[in-house]
Amino acid sequence: MYNPLAIVGSVFLASLAEVGRVFSFAAHAVSHLVRPPIYWRIILKQMWLIGYNSLPVVGLTALFTGAALAQQIYVGGSRFNAENVVPGVVVIAIVRELGPVLGGLMVAGRVSSAMAAELGTMRVTEQIDALVTLSTDPFKYLITPRLMAAVITLPMLVLIANIIGIMGGYVIGTERLGLNAGNYLQVTYDYLEKADVYSSLVKAAVFGFIIALMGSYHGYISRGGAQGVGKATTNAVVSAFIVILLANLIITVIVFGGKG
Amino acid sequence: MTATPKIALSGVHKSFGPKHILQGLDLTIAKGSSLVVIGGSGTGKSVMLKCILGLLRPDSGSIKVDGQEVTTASRSERKKILEKFGMLFQGAALFDSLPVWENVAFGLIQGKGLNKKDAKEIAVEKLRRVGLRPDVANLSPAELSGGMQKRVGLARAIAAEPEIIFFDEPTTGLDPIMADVINDLIVECVKDLGATTLSITHDMASARKIADRVAMLYEGKIIWEGSKETIDTSGNEYVDQFIHGRAHGPIEMQILKS
Repeated sequence: MYNPLAIVGSVFLASLAEVGRVFSFAAHAVSHLVRPPIYWRIILKQMWLIGYNSLPVVGLTALFTGAALAQQIYVGGSRFNAENVVPGVVVIAIVRELGPVLGGLMVAGRVSSAMAAELGTMRVTEQIDALVTLSTDPFKYLITPRLMAAVITLPMLVLIANIIGIMGGYVIGTERLGLNAGNYLQVTYDYLEKADVYSSLVKAAVFGFIIALMGSYHGYISRGGAQGVGKATTNAVVSAFIVILLANLIITVIVFGGKG
Repeated sequence: MTATPKIALSGVHKSFGPKHILQGLDLTIAKGSSLVVIGGSGTGKSVMLKCILGLLRPDSGSIKVDGQEVTTASRSERKKILEKFGMLFQGAALFDSLPVWENVAFGLIQGKGLNKKDAKEIAVEKLRRVGLRPDVANLSPAELSGGMQKRVGLARAIAAEPEIIFFDEPTTGLDPIMADVINDLIVECVKDLGATTLSITHDMASARKIADRVAMLYEGKIIWEGSKETIDTSGNEYVDQFIHGRAHGPIEMQILKS
């Protein structure tokens, strides 16, 4: 009755099927990028909803994280009389990892859930079917603009998060830990590399795609009334979190794969 | 066969997992006629509509609109076919992110590429047609009562002057007077447009008012079809039980057996 291998096998097959469905959903949405009409007004509206409204939460996350990071590195570094590594390590950690990852996760919490709830409600109240009867492709009208908006907006948000994160480290470093302000900025600048900034923005764009994809996918396929929409919202956030962290690992290994 | 029927379904099957919803459905609707399909909940009425619209793909069988096969149509062909349709949804299905007039004008702006100013004029005219004042146009759908939402849904369905209109439970959830208002509006609007209509309902008062012909769907098949006048003398015990709303009869026996 409870053959463990069979259970493992069926779970594996089910998740494989789900991954396949997500990929075909994504391919369908992306294919609309090259088939007019493109709904620019909706893209701009979504950029506003995703980007501007996420600024406070992303900014605060970056500020507190940068500050805490500086404090910890100072404590660790001072054991080797290496307090001066604080700015360098902060800038690398924020730009390479924490800015994009924490920014992506915070936006996923806000945006994937909102998208899943909105599209899920549209699904269960037949608004998506209504689009079809009004000669409008629901993918083109609902999904593609959300994906585009998130891919464009996330790099901007992460760029801002990176700056605020470094500022957080600077404030703690100079105000509390007594590091020299001019020196702090100089070291930050020396350690800031173009390649790190690019990888940060690439990660952000990928995370943006994941956020919009998970939100739209789970909302679009949801069924079963209020409970179904609730489940879609949860699934969207959880899967967005996990896929973002996995994608981050893959990009990090590809970009910073060397051992030296 | 004298003329091509507007809509023709033959041998349509559709299952969801183990549930066999449509079991060889045959139905033809003549151009300009108004067919009402009656039947209990869960007999496949909505699934039938969604198969015709291409929202669901039937497992087998043929669905033709103006003689053109829907089930195998390409994406662009299907888009053309869909332009002939308008639909009033059970819960109105208004877009809650848009004001009332943009809901009504949606198909004109997005589907037909009309500019907003002209589309708004048409929308206000269609709202007037269903008995709503122009100041409703700028409200959000959430601010309207159920009956007003249904009327906006009707205005949206007729806005692009479709050749075929579907009505999914047009009177469900309305008080009897508002239900009759909606029925009257449906009859008037359809007459104006000369459209072919397919309605599904379990409200017999509504069916009697808007139908030319009535068909009864039971266990995924049409078990009776005839003109509205013959419904009381159908001689079909399933139909009799349904139109009189009796708890006991052949339909209940079927439920007990399975």
